[in-house]
Amino acid sequence: MTVTAPAPATDAAQPVVHAPRRRKFTADQVGAGTVVWRMIAGLVVLVVFVAPYAIMLVSSLKSKSEILQVPPTFIPTEWHPENYITMWSTPETPLVQNLISTIIIAVFATLLVLAVSLPAAYYTARFRFPGRLVFLFLVIVTQMLQPAVLTSGLFREFQFLGISDTWVAMILINAAFNLSFAVWIMHSFFAGVPKEIDEAAQLDGAGRFAVLFRINLPLVWPGIVTAIVFTFVSCWNEFAASLVILSTAGNQPLSVALTKFVGQYATSWQYVFGVSIVAIVPVVILFMLIEKRLVGGLTAGSVK
Amino acid sequence: MTQQSAVDERTTPAEATPSRPRRGAGRSGKDLMMALPWIAPALVLIFGVVLFPAAVMFYNSTRDISQSGIDRGPAGFANYQTLLDFGPIWGVLGRTFVWVIAVVVCTVLISLALAQLLNKAFPGRQLVRMAVIIPWAASVVMTTLVVYYGLDPFYGIINEALVQLGIIDTPYGWTKNAVSAFTWSIGIAVFVSLPFTTYTLLAGLQTLPADVFEAAKMDGAGRIRTYVSIVLPQLRSALAVAILINIINVFNSLPILKVMTGSIPGYDADTVMTLIFKYIQTEHKIDVASALSVVGFLIVLVIVAIYVRVVKPMKEV
Repeated sequence: MTVTAPAPATDAAQPVVHAPRRRKFTADQVGAGTVVWRMIAGLVVLVVFVAPYAIMLVSSLKSKSEILQVPPTFIPTEWHPENYITMWSTPETPLVQNLISTIIIAVFATLLVLAVSLPAAYYTARFRFPGRLVFLFLVIVTQMLQPAVLTSGLFREFQFLGISDTWVAMILINAAFNLSFAVWIMHSFFAGVPKEIDEAAQLDGAGRFAVLFRINLPLVWPGIVTAIVFTFVSCWNEFAASLVILSTAGNQPLSVALTKFVGQYATSWQYVFGVSIVAIVPVVILFMLIEKRLVGGLTAGSVK
Repeated sequence: MTQQSAVDERTTPAEATPSRPRRGAGRSGKDLMMALPWIAPALVLIFGVVLFPAAVMFYNSTRDISQSGIDRGPAGFANYQTLLDFGPIWGVLGRTFVWVIAVVVCTVLISLALAQLLNKAFPGRQLVRMAVIIPWAASVVMTTLVVYYGLDPFYGIINEALVQLGIIDTPYGWTKNAVSAFTWSIGIAVFVSLPFTTYTLLAGLQTLPADVFEAAKMDGAGRIRTYVSIVLPQLRSALAVAILINIINVFNSLPILKVMTGSIPGYDADTVMTLIFKYIQTEHKIDVASALSVVGFLIVLVIVAIYVRVVKPMKEV
């Protein structure tokens, strides 16, 4: 019920992100004491959620001997920012290739999801046809499934097709399992665009593609951005299927490659954390950019 | 929402395509043909990469497959029998239920409190909201690795902090012992599930009309009373979504246990999911792995069915 399809925007040029910020604090005129308590609670939450990543950041700047030192130090005695350069040539795993793998798989899987789910979402939101409900039901079913539980089947299928241990396989898997969320969220946004707009455009002689790309897209842009970010982050962090499908070290994404550091005699933790910071910061920023829409748009996509 | 759109569509095709009157017996077939180009790519992906491998998995669970991957013929239910004969299997199944229930219950309870806080006005709220997002965006593997490192008995920073705070006397090898490693894994799983759950509940909270609270206050309802009898019922559908998605995610979760307990010998910290991967990766028994995957698949199906039946999450949506 919390569909925040873009308010039937008459001014399509204005991104909805900057729409007047609703400060919907629940009805309370509270005393200063209550506010202070809330701030204290907020601070505790902030510290708890930031702590693991703060440890990551600080530890990534320690020397190897210091990070393995007993007892450990909280703040480095000497700072080693050059870790961020030397880490790429660590012997455990080809990190540069792993980063490239992560980027290629996530980018192409996201593009594929977009190319496949956009038309489907538009058409199912706009037109009724026999089998429409069956199609939407299939989409829900895939939302209930994850690569982890199907890995053995996926592994055999791609082995048979001869594309096991390739990026193509992982792009297809990531795209297939992220399709449902993208379809649902875009579907709900398209359904929020009044059909009169389509009709008016068609009367003016616009073809169906023109109606989709020139008329609808600008209006549902926020939904598309949300779908893109979610898909991208999910592909970026995928672990279970990559672990089994990608056996060559150079093909593996960072999520799989980093687990190789565990159980080493003397783990280069500073590199593990340096790479983690590099991999985490961009996606956290992406997520923060759509924070406003997480609250409203999310349930629209995940409810059904 | 779906209802809304369904109503729209009922009138749409006729009006939207006035130039193409379609009637008679061929109409529905024609409509489907018109729709195909738009939905076919999605169908291909769903059938090819989700449903087909699921079928392959069911089929393989009844085959005898060699370690090098050669199909040596039908095996009936031999692979399932192998699972039944495998001593630790009942422990693994029991632990899977503990894992799912503990993580989902803790996640939901903490998220209810977090959502309540983040819905209230206070300076710095935006900053706290941003912080809560981080574990959502960050890779679960990376979040788990930092905890794993912190729990090292020698150079681990969490152990050191626990000693300095006086909670333990000497650093402890949390990750060397199945029970403690599993318990910490539950904690990590809760931590990474909090953002999604909190934001879903926050979305539910924001749909509550403010005047309801004023009315409750006028009627003399206390805070707890207001929460239990007004807020919680309104959160019903958001809660239902959050719980359902969490059950599925937590059951399917692999990376946390893989990192935290993967180097512990034996099967005392395994769930169905980690055991599947042990069969695939270390024992190369893809047939038994498929049988266990089918079991896992059916467990998820049953949980979802019971849940939908009991809670009726779609009722008010």
